[in-house]
Amino acid sequence: MIAAIEPTWYLTLAALLFSIGAFGLLVRRNPLVMFMCIELMLNAANLTFVALATQLGDINGQTAVFFVLVVAAAEVVVGLGIIVSILRRRPGATADDLVELKG
Amino acid sequence: MSDATFIEYVVFFAASVMVLGGAIGVIAFRNPVHSALGLVLTLFGVAVHFVAQEAHFLAAVQVIVYAGAIVVLFLFVIMLLGVDKAQDLSIEPIPIQRPLAGVMAVGLFGLVLAAIVRSGDAIGSIALQPIDPVTREPIGLETASQTGNHDANIESLARNLYTDHVFAFELTSVLLIVAVAGTVLLTRRWPKGVGEDLGDEASTATSSRSGSGS
Repeated sequence: MIAAIEPTWYLTLAALLFSIGAFGLLVRRNPLVMFMCIELMLNAANLTFVALATQLGDINGQTAVFFVLVVAAAEVVVGLGIIVSILRRRPGATADDLVELKG
Repeated sequence: MSDATFIEYVVFFAASVMVLGGAIGVIAFRNPVHSALGLVLTLFGVAVHFVAQEAHFLAAVQVIVYAGAIVVLFLFVIMLLGVDKAQDLSIEPIPIQRPLAGVMAVGLFGLVLAAIVRSGDAIGSIALQPIDPVTREPIGLETASQTGNHDANIESLARNLYTDHVFAFELTSVLLIVAVAGTVLLTRRWPKGVGEDLGDEASTATSSRSGSGS
């Protein structure tokens, strides 16, 4: 046993972090802050992966976190590209202004 | 299993305060720059948790990639677009949205917590040293504290990544290339008249870009 802290504590913390991220995603209107909330949720999933990988003695969980990191990086790049091209046309746009999805 | 030392509890709670405080900061700060700094705090707290569970490589990558690259990218975009102004969070176009989101978040946390509590004993009772079905040798996480090898985490992670998941690992390079190319195409300002003599693809991109413009 590596971590003497019980894994359920880590899982609870991850659940709390995920809930905060989901709440922020629903509440905030700024697309950049919404993206940060998605990062919070991804980190909650990573924390769960690592906690269970440690508990079960399985390195595959940590490999999954590695891939999540890569995909998160790619996702942030594409998402920020979309946000840049939207906000360049309509400065100060919020998520509500994008309902019609026209440029 | 519950023989956590005092210092481990201190580390756990300090890092948890970092994580949750940063997360609340992300959604509560009015200024997007402050939200990004709250995100940095959260990511560092998660990295501390990774170190506490001896996932040393992931902790380093978490700091370098997340807190380094991704947050800097966020800050770049915030500064570049000039949206680093405080926003009035009291304006709420849909009045019922916040209570509903709160109910959703609390309900989600409650459901996940119920699942954790229900499965808590099962998680704890799973054999901590799984046996390899072929070689009958105990497999598991090689950690620095168990083996004395300080590179044990990186070695086992690399062995797993480059043997079992090598195909997925190669595919991530394709993903990154596609993401970079797509972003360049997405954010490039196409001047009028440029690219029409460069072949079909460039002119198609130009026309679709200018066609979709207002």
